[in-house]
Parts: sequence; C-alpha cells; structure tokens
Amino acid sequence: MKLASLTLAAALTGGVALAGEVAPKEVAFTEDGAIEASLTGTPGDAANGAMIVGEKSKGNCVACHQVSALADVPFQGEVGPSLDGAGSRWSEAELRGLVANAKKTFDGTVMPAFYKVDGFIRPGDAYTGKAPAGPLSPILSAQEIEDVVAFLMTLKDES
Amino acid sequence: MNFKAMTAIAVIATAPLAALAGPDEDKLVVNGEIEMVTKTAAPAHLSDALDEIYSGWRFRSDETQALQMDDFDNPAMVFVDQAQDAWDTVEGTEGKSCASCHDSVEESMAGVRAVYPKWNEEAGEVRTLAMQINDCRENKMGAEKWKYTGGQMAAMEALISVQSRGMPVNVAIDGPVKETWEKGKEIYYTRYGQLELSCANCHEQNYGNMIRADHLSQGQINGFPTYRLKNAKLNTAHARFKGCVRDTRAETFKPGSDEFVALELYVASRGNGLSVEGPSVRN
Ligand code: HEC
Ligand code: HEC
Ligand code: HEC
Repeated sequence: MKLASLTLAAALTGGVALAGEVAPKEVAFTEDGAIEASLTGTPGDAANGAMIVGEKSKGNCVACHQVSALADVPFQGEVGPSLDGAGSRWSEAELRGLVANAKKTFDGTVMPAFYKVDGFIRPGDAYTGKAPAGPLSPILSAQEIEDVVAFLMTLKDES
Repeated sequence: MNFKAMTAIAVIATAPLAALAGPDEDKLVVNGEIEMVTKTAAPAHLSDALDEIYSGWRFRSDETQALQMDDFDNPAMVFVDQAQDAWDTVEGTEGKSCASCHDSVEESMAGVRAVYPKWNEEAGEVRTLAMQINDCRENKMGAEKWKYTGGQMAAMEALISVQSRGMPVNVAIDGPVKETWEKGKEIYYTRYGQLELSCANCHEQNYGNMIRADHLSQGQINGFPTYRLKNAKLNTAHARFKGCVRDTRAETFKPGSDEFVALELYVASRGNGLSVEGPSVRN
C-alpha cells in the first residue's frame, strides 16, 4: 500500500483524533446531556451538515427523522420526531450532546450515539457483519458532528 | 430548553406512533381457500409488550401482497416444486430418499412446520426444521448436509411449510425448551452493535413506522421461508436474522448457531396464533 493511500485511510476512519480535537472518550457531558464546548474549535459547516443528515453512508438521520428543509431527500423515516424547529427547541450545546450521544439526554433512546467508540455489545466492522479489525471509529468525526449541529441550528420555528 | 418544549417532545416520543401508519386491514386468503390469520391477540407470554400480533404480510404494499394470494403468482412455488423432486430423489450411502421413510409429504409433514423449533428427546436438544432435515440427511440417508441457509434447504423448508399453511403457529415455550427460550428472549432484547439496537427497538417499539424506505413489521417468522423481491430467491429465517443484526453495525451470529436457534424459538413463539404462511412473499 502506498503511503498516500495509507494516510488517506487513516484520515477516513478518523480513528485518531486530530490535534485540538476532543476525542470520543474525552467528551464532557453536562448532567442534562449537553456538550458545552466545540469538539474541534472550528465552526460547523451547515451545508455539509445537511448532506450528512440526508446521506445514507453518513449520519442517515432521515432514516428515522423527517426534515422539511431536506424535502429533496426521499424516504424520510418516522422512528423519531420531526427535526423541524430543532434549532429553536434546543441550544447549540444541547444539540451537540444529542448528536454525539443522545442517550445522555434521553435515557434508553433508540437513537444511536454518533460520537462514541466503546461500551458496545458485539460491535462490528461497519456493516460487514464481521468483528472489527482494530479500535472502532465513531460513526461521525468531530468536525462532522459540528457540521450537523450547525445545520440543526438553522432549523428554526416558522413563527 | 424550556419546560414546554420538553413536554411536547415527551408526548411525541411516547405516543403510539404505530397507530399512524400501522398495518393495513387487508385479508389474506390463498388460492381462494386457505384463510390466513394475519392479526390476532398476542400470546400470553407477550401480553405485557404487545396487545396484537401481525404477520409481516400486513405491512407490504398491495402489489407485493397480491403475489402471495395465489400459488400461480407466488414466485416461491417454483422452489417448492424443486423440493418435491428432491423429496423423491435417492441420495447418500443408504440408498434412500425422504419419501422412503416419510412417504407422501402431504400426509407426513402436515402440521410439522407449525410446531418448530421443538425439543428432540433423543438428541436432548432444541431442533429447528433445518437441523432436523440435515439430521435425516446425514444420519438416515448417509448424504451430505445442506448449507443451513442455502437454496436446497430453503426449498425443502418451503415444501414442508406448505403442508401446514393456514394452521396456527404453536411452538412450545416451557418444559425442556424453557432455557433455550429464555436465552432467545434475552437476545431479542439485547442492543447489539455500534448502533445499539435490539430486535425489539425496531420490531416491537416501532412496527408500523417507516425506517427510511422500509415499513417496519413485527419481524414475525410465520411466513418463512420468504421469497424476497429484493434478491429474487427464498430466504431462511436465520439469513434474515443475520441481515438485521448486521444492520446494527454488529458482529453477527452464524446461521445455525446456538444463539440463532434460541432466537428462532423465541421469535417463533411471538407469532403463536398467526397462521403458517410459508413460503411468503416480501420485498
Ligand atoms: C434509529 C433511529 C434514529 C436515528 C438514526 C437518529 N435519531 Fe435522532 N432521535 C430518535 C428518536 C427516537 C428520538 C426521540 C428521543 C426519545 O427517544 O425520546 C430522537 C431525537 C432527536 C433529537 C431531539 C428531538 C427534537 O426535538 O428534534 C434530535 C435533534 C435528533 N434526534 C437528531 C438526530 C440527528 C442529527 C441524527 C443523525 C446524525 C439522528 N437524530 C439520528 C431516533 C433516531
Ligand atoms: C431412513 C429414514 C429417514 C429418511 C431417509 C429421512 N427421514 Fe426424516 N425422519 C426420520 C425419523 C425416524 C424421524 C423422527 C426423528 C426423530 O425423532 O429423531 C424423522 C423426522 C423428520 C422430520 C420431523 C418430523 C416431526 O414431526 O417432527 C422432518 C421435518 C424430516 N424428518 C424431514 C426429512 C427430509 C426432508 C428428508 C429427506 C431429505 C428425510 N426426513 C429423510 C427418518 C427418515
Ligand atoms: C434497525 C432496525 C432493525 C433491527 C434492529 C432489526 N430489524 Fe428485522 N427488519 C428490519 C426491517 C427494515 C425489515 C424489513 C421490513 C419488515 O418486514 O419489518 C426487517 C425484517 C425482519 C423480518 C422479516 C419479516 C417478514 O415478515 O418477512 C424478520 C423475521 C426480522 N426482521 C427479525 C429481526 C430480529 C430477530 C432482529 C434482532 C436480531 C431484528 N429483526 C432486528 C429492521 C430491523
């Protein structure tokens, strides 16, 4: 394997937190499940966040949630509540906590944790059904979490 | 966040969403004569979790439903014919076919599918239909075992299921199978994988809801083996379990493993009272 593709692979799997990033195991949640500080220090990109929320291979949030702002993404699910107005209902810190690990906000929720790497039962190597070869990566990277939060903050109530 | 918003969300999250887009009210009659029970009261062991149980048929589109209403339209029937040939074919060192011992499948296998998995006293184990078929192949015929989720096995399971169509699923859950059943139940409620999802999260808490493009059913196995339009072949219950576990970003169990045998017994028991439908048609 060439060095260039090696580095690319490492970057893609996101196994190692980049300098200045808060690693999944170091995240500090408030008692209510919020995360006060940015995970990266770099402001989130709402447009990229919108892509992640709709994209099957990324957050795939629309598998469970409806988002009117993403009307062009087909087949939005009904397992969770509509995310319309989420940016009015929640603060940025609360949304960061919800996306990173919603179980800290809603005890026992069906919603998966997107920034968590341990404490799972029989975790697999993504969707292969096989055991993972090495340490797990979070489903979304720190910056991707920030991007999703930035997008959610744009979902304001009409009134 | 203010208190009002919290209550609003609590209401959304706990309302019986299933009522919004749940199962439909269509009736399943196969070939104009076999009346299928596709909805009935939940068995007693399930009554604290569900009031009613539904066949997966109730959650499919009218087009998919129609394919199961007449054997001429049911794509699975080709495989049933193939299995009928296999039933009469001599194989293995003992020079026997299934028919050598079991004569006509219509008579000998009537009612069999409805009570599997079940306890085998001699072997001292819970046996699925697939395990029993392979036991007969290996030990009675001296023939090679079939692959647990392979085409020949699925087809033979379909042939055997056809002989019980319309009969109520009625697997035993106590006596010698109790321990296995408890183990299956534990697996059903365990949140596997990086997505931390249990069978119950999808099929008990969210049946009737859409998850992306899929209309979630109760994940019943009364219709197995199932012809899926998606892969155009017969699918066994263990292959389906494997797919669902894989979709939680988990390391799956192996088809035929003790875990999946236990899970099959438990899931089958959640369908006690529904009709044997196999081979069914799903998307
Ligand atoms: C497997 C289903 C599932 C997936 C996937 C999922 N969620 Fe959720 N989500 C839920 C459920 C269920 C709730 C309701 C909380 C509860 O359990 O009471 C929820 C709640 C929320 C809330 C708070 C509710 C509100 O007021 O809007 C937000 C925000 C949210 N999810 C965002 C996301 C984002 C962003 C993603 C993807 C990165 C995502 N969810 C993926 C199931 C899911
Ligand atoms: C040499 C005789 C013999 C042959 C050949 C044979 N079986 Fe059997 N089969 C038996 C006996 C005996 C039993 C009772 C099993 C037991 O209790 O261990 C049985 C039981 C079964 C059962 C369970 C019935 C019940 O009521 O629980 C199924 C299903 C079955 N066989 C299928 C097959 C199939 C399919 C084939 C061919 C691929 C086959 N058998 C070939 C002797 C045979
Ligand atoms: C992430 C959600 C999810 C989880 C978790 C899940 N399933 Fe499924 N399952 C589905 C979807 C989607 C389908 C296809 C639509 C349907 O029939 O419900 C399906 C289909 C099935 C079917 C086919 C039903 C039929 O009528 O053909 C069975 C059986 C099943 N699941 C069993 C299980 C078992 C057992 C588990 C736990 C080991 C499980 N599922 C976990 C989503 C899930």
